[in-house]
Amino acid sequence: MSEKNNSVPEETKEPTALVDLDLDEMIRSKSEEKVSVASNWKLVWWRFRKNKLAVLSLILLFFVLLIIMFPDFFANQKSEETNARQAFVPIQKLHFFRDGKPDLWADKMVGKRNPKTLAMEWVIDEEGYTDLKFLGKSFKWKFLFWETNVHLITSANPGERVFLLGSDRMGRDQYSRLMYATRTSLTVGLVSVLLSVFLGVVLGGISGYFGGAVDMVIQRLIEILNSIPYVPIWMAMAAALPREWSAEQRFFAITVILSLLGWTTLGREVRGKFMSIREEDFVLAAELIGCSKARIIMKHMVPTFLSHIIATGTLSIPAMIVNETSLSFLGLGLRPPAISYGVMLQEAQNVQTMANASWLMIPGLVLVIAVLMFNLIGDGLRDAADPYSK
Amino acid sequence: MASYIAKRILVIPFLLFVFSILIFVLIQAPPGDFMTTYSAILAGSGSSLDAEQLDAMRVSYGLDQPLHIQYVRWIEKLLRGDMGLSLLYMLPNKQLIAERLGPTVALALFSFILSWLIAIPSGIYSATHKNSFGDYFFMVLNYIGVAIPNFFLALLLMWFFYVKFGWNLVGLFSPEFEAAPWSWAKFLDMLKHLWLPGIILALGGSARLTRVMRANLLDEMGKPYMVTGRAKGMSEWSLVMKYPVRLAINPLVSTIGNYIPQLFSGSLIVASVMNLQNIGPLLLQALSMQDMYLSGSILLVYCLLAILGTILSDLLLAWVDPRIRLE
Repeated sequence: MSEKNNSVPEETKEPTALVDLDLDEMIRSKSEEKVSVASNWKLVWWRFRKNKLAVLSLILLFFVLLIIMFPDFFANQKSEETNARQAFVPIQKLHFFRDGKPDLWADKMVGKRNPKTLAMEWVIDEEGYTDLKFLGKSFKWKFLFWETNVHLITSANPGERVFLLGSDRMGRDQYSRLMYATRTSLTVGLVSVLLSVFLGVVLGGISGYFGGAVDMVIQRLIEILNSIPYVPIWMAMAAALPREWSAEQRFFAITVILSLLGWTTLGREVRGKFMSIREEDFVLAAELIGCSKARIIMKHMVPTFLSHIIATGTLSIPAMIVNETSLSFLGLGLRPPAISYGVMLQEAQNVQTMANASWLMIPGLVLVIAVLMFNLIGDGLRDAADPYSK
Repeated sequence: MASYIAKRILVIPFLLFVFSILIFVLIQAPPGDFMTTYSAILAGSGSSLDAEQLDAMRVSYGLDQPLHIQYVRWIEKLLRGDMGLSLLYMLPNKQLIAERLGPTVALALFSFILSWLIAIPSGIYSATHKNSFGDYFFMVLNYIGVAIPNFFLALLLMWFFYVKFGWNLVGLFSPEFEAAPWSWAKFLDMLKHLWLPGIILALGGSARLTRVMRANLLDEMGKPYMVTGRAKGMSEWSLVMKYPVRLAINPLVSTIGNYIPQLFSGSLIVASVMNLQNIGPLLLQALSMQDMYLSGSILLVYCLLAILGTILSDLLLAWVDPRIRLE
């Protein structure tokens, strides 16, 4: 870890050697000056944007955040709208051109009963098509304070249902449900990481800054927590939640459960950082000026490794999302009517169902993409977190 | 070395004590007890017990006592090696767990060995052929391996083998061995069912291990001793295998401590998805039916396995790295 981190970035003597910028950027006039006066965050950003995959993931994250904020806009049906006669409708593929002209439409599905098995069999109706509308109207939802019924893509005929990602056992639209599941699952991940970052910084900070007996106790606590087999204990905790709790209460409880055991890695890291910089001159200087302990920690010490905290935090989001999904999949996490990736994947629990309706596994694929996205951003941040290293 | 081992082993009872309290609190926490669930099941099947009968059963199982008494009783029995009776199966918990412990440990061990067998060669290859096609191939594979949750990989592979080959890869034994006592044939049959869950568990772990191995090895590769070795005319292969690989494996050994508990946890989820009769699905069932002493015993077993795994890794690390031994 670089010793003098960003305590006084302006005084860094050889900026060009320390930050490997693109060649063209180097050639540009006054680029050296640019580097030497750039703030720490600017340097982090310059380093980060060189990682193309990470930047791509960041753009994806932006859209995902939009879905998290306004799932109703992206959905086109209510999450609980069921119709037993429209169970297991396959994916109605989206098309953008019709007869050479841009037009939004999807395959039309017709269901026929198999005379022998009496099972519904869905086939594409080659003649017909389902007309779709961009920014069409469907159910009402609240955009901040205004009530609206505009959605991203809807069926052009009011009342007609379109299943862009197929429908499940109860004839619910997977695409719309996936939007709500994205909100729930990713929010669980983000909030529980925020909680565990908070715990990790506070406890790791106390441990590293004060040392001594407090440090001993917190270190033993971390050791004990680290030797706990997480999943079984998580399961027991989730099973201990009262059954009559509402979906929101369960959501909150699961978040807390996940973060209670998840803060230790960060706690250790923060402690190590505190120990390595508490003897630094700038801390001593702050002490001599008469800063309070809280001010020294929050204003002088934490900013030196804030980028590390963010990187580690981002890298631990995927684990949280996966754990919530696994718990919900096993029936111990969130329960219907809450919708999360795990709850949706419960529909795909047996092999025969999966073989007949493979689209039921789509929530899993979306989950993998979300996890990949956070991993790539986290990796990029970790590499960029210390802009003075080579 | 002896004092190091002794120190590590002396921690076990203390950790188990702390965990036993935590576990007891957890299994006690849900409102109601097994009798509530039991009467609900009976009501569902048409028959019922009146309140007096339920209370009589509570008394006979000690469920009416205050918490600390129940805890002391539980621990006292555990120390005598008695894990109590499963109210769900009406069988001793010890027997239920013992039957399923073998497959649990076998699965974890198998996937542990497999993940190392995959991770070390691919890590060495990636580091020695940096930025080659193979390196990128493993990198992509590792990213996916880390990103894909165990249970979803299990679902995907089960689906794949079912659709492509018509294999229904659930369960741990073929029907004819289901109830049979342990024998060589039954063991072989188990291995036949164990490979897929083993691979599923191993893939996630090996993805992480490969990344660590590659990074460690790359750190070592630029060191001056490598230059010396090459200057002396050592072949690249024997040079790499003799020095940097041995150094790069050390940090890998230190990850075992976290990895083994993870394997047991992961096996729990995979086993539930694939319906393998190890202690995972048993725990799930016990938790949802509030068979508290059964779930408590299983949780303790998981904790014990995790602690043993951590200690095993400490010992291994001391064995491969003399610096730790001498401290």
